[in-house]
Amino acid sequence: MTKTNTPALRAGSLRPTGPARSSDRAGRSRRGAVSQRRAAWTFLAPSLLVLAVFVVYPIGQALYLSFTNYSVLTPPEWAGLDNYVKLFSDPAAGNAIANTLIYASATTVASVVLALLIAVFLNRRFPLRGFARTAIFLPYITSLGVVSIAWSYLLNPDIGLLSYWGRVVGIPVRTGWLVDPNLAMVAVILVGIWKFLGFYVVMYLAGIQSIPSDLYEAAAIDGAGPVRRFVSVTWPLLSNQTLFIAVIATITNAQAFDQIYVMTRGGPFFKTETLVMMMYRVGFQDLDFGYASALAYVLVALLAVLSLAQVRFFSRRAVQY
Amino acid sequence: MTAASQGRIARRGRMTVRIGVGKTVAALVALSLALVFLLPIIWMAFASFRTIPDLSTFPPTLFPRGWTLDNYTQVFQDLPFARLYLNTTLFAGIVTVGSLFLDSMAGYALARLDFPGRRVIFVVVILLLLLPFQVTLVPLYVLMHNLGLVNTLAGLVLPRISNAFGIFFMRQFFLGLPKDLEDAARVDGASEWRIFASVVLPLARPALLTLGLFYFQTNWNDLLWPLIMTNDVQDATLPAGLSLFNGEHNIHYGVIMAGAVLSLLPIVALFLLVQRSFVQGIATTGVK
Repeated sequence: MTKTNTPALRAGSLRPTGPARSSDRAGRSRRGAVSQRRAAWTFLAPSLLVLAVFVVYPIGQALYLSFTNYSVLTPPEWAGLDNYVKLFSDPAAGNAIANTLIYASATTVASVVLALLIAVFLNRRFPLRGFARTAIFLPYITSLGVVSIAWSYLLNPDIGLLSYWGRVVGIPVRTGWLVDPNLAMVAVILVGIWKFLGFYVVMYLAGIQSIPSDLYEAAAIDGAGPVRRFVSVTWPLLSNQTLFIAVIATITNAQAFDQIYVMTRGGPFFKTETLVMMMYRVGFQDLDFGYASALAYVLVALLAVLSLAQVRFFSRRAVQY
Repeated sequence: MTAASQGRIARRGRMTVRIGVGKTVAALVALSLALVFLLPIIWMAFASFRTIPDLSTFPPTLFPRGWTLDNYTQVFQDLPFARLYLNTTLFAGIVTVGSLFLDSMAGYALARLDFPGRRVIFVVVILLLLLPFQVTLVPLYVLMHNLGLVNTLAGLVLPRISNAFGIFFMRQFFLGLPKDLEDAARVDGASEWRIFASVVLPLARPALLTLGLFYFQTNWNDLLWPLIMTNDVQDATLPAGLSLFNGEHNIHYGVIMAGAVLSLLPIVALFLLVQRSFVQGIATTGVK
């Protein structure tokens, strides 16, 4: 016996209360909508409160502070565009912006190229492949601040193992990797590549595995060798991954801080001082909160410009399939 | 046996040899690549078991010339190491649990519940997601200073207890779930809270695992925020504490390396335990 056949329901449906029943249904759904609305705000309230107090308010406050003179001891004092004017004439700020651009572009380009090569290599089947994938990914989950301590000892001119091995194979570094004004940047870039490469390799591997294999079969039938197959199939079909990785890497690298703080503190001679490092120095060592806030907004502007430029550059080349 | 078939066998033999050589070369390249990436971690692990004279003898070597456990006992005496460990565990643990809870609630509301203003809030979440967190650092520090929360666990945890990325991530996950179960529960008269807690959350296990590992790892590893929020090393986390003690003339770097190994251990163990689902989660969602 199905429910619709029960006498009670049939009797109900025969009762001349059609309009009343439909209004009852509307009432129930209206009550449903009200209860959903109330539930939605209850569900959202804790998160919105946290984000409002600890993210939205500070973002606005940083903008305001960037137009003031403010150190911890005295209340903020309106200074108009002073901090931004100072920014354009301050060689330290220009240096930090240049270092950020050098660091971010070198690290990003090298990471994308290496990640793609390694992903193509690790996509083949051979012994130790799983071990290699794990090993390359491992730095990504370690604390950059902690492993940078190890890196700084490895590169130490007197007791550093890598410095010593370098000398043995004929890479003489007279003063030491982190002391030489030109090599220090190279060192922190290498550590930056080392830390994040595994993440990009994983992204590329996922992309390579999503390429339909019949495309490779067709290319092979047409007589394309491995290089041609890479150039005509793999690379164009990975353009979405490449865009994503390049944007993520640029954003990550433009915020470089941890290994620079641990290995060089921005030195020697400010040669590795990036924007975030300078913001830390100005804000939390010199306690110049107004100028540090202006530097923070330079970082926001820089990230916006870099990301938009890349999206435009790649979207013209993207392949849809 | 005919000459032709002999030739065929010989050719097949040569082919297997060539494939074998190719795989061996590939395996060797993979091994050296893996060792290059593991070198700092291997060196760190060895250094933590070496004696002080061994560590300062020229030439430097990768393998210890003598073994000791002294660094591991010393790190608890030279540094407030147990305190640092506890601080880090509480910071990463509370942020992970709290943020998973709040973000999945907010993400569920944005994905499934109908209310005016939904679009506006979603756009705000996306905008917050795009801004670098460093821009909030100075005002956050001032705010925490005014609230008297500098050097406290609450001060460290509060700004991280909800996260725009997590809300976005959970919303995307909930959008992909079939609606039938929720609708069935709604018809049965279950409250929205009941639907969320006993129907939706159990289905969200894989997403919560990926996001939770991500939260635990990033906060355990974070340097800048704990560095700013702790003037007193007692209240620091492991990365901030170790980098502050590193280079102090009375603390040998073998001791720091023992601390470093202990600080990496739980994350590496956790990762090796759930490696497959974690890496897959990253690959399919782009969690970073």
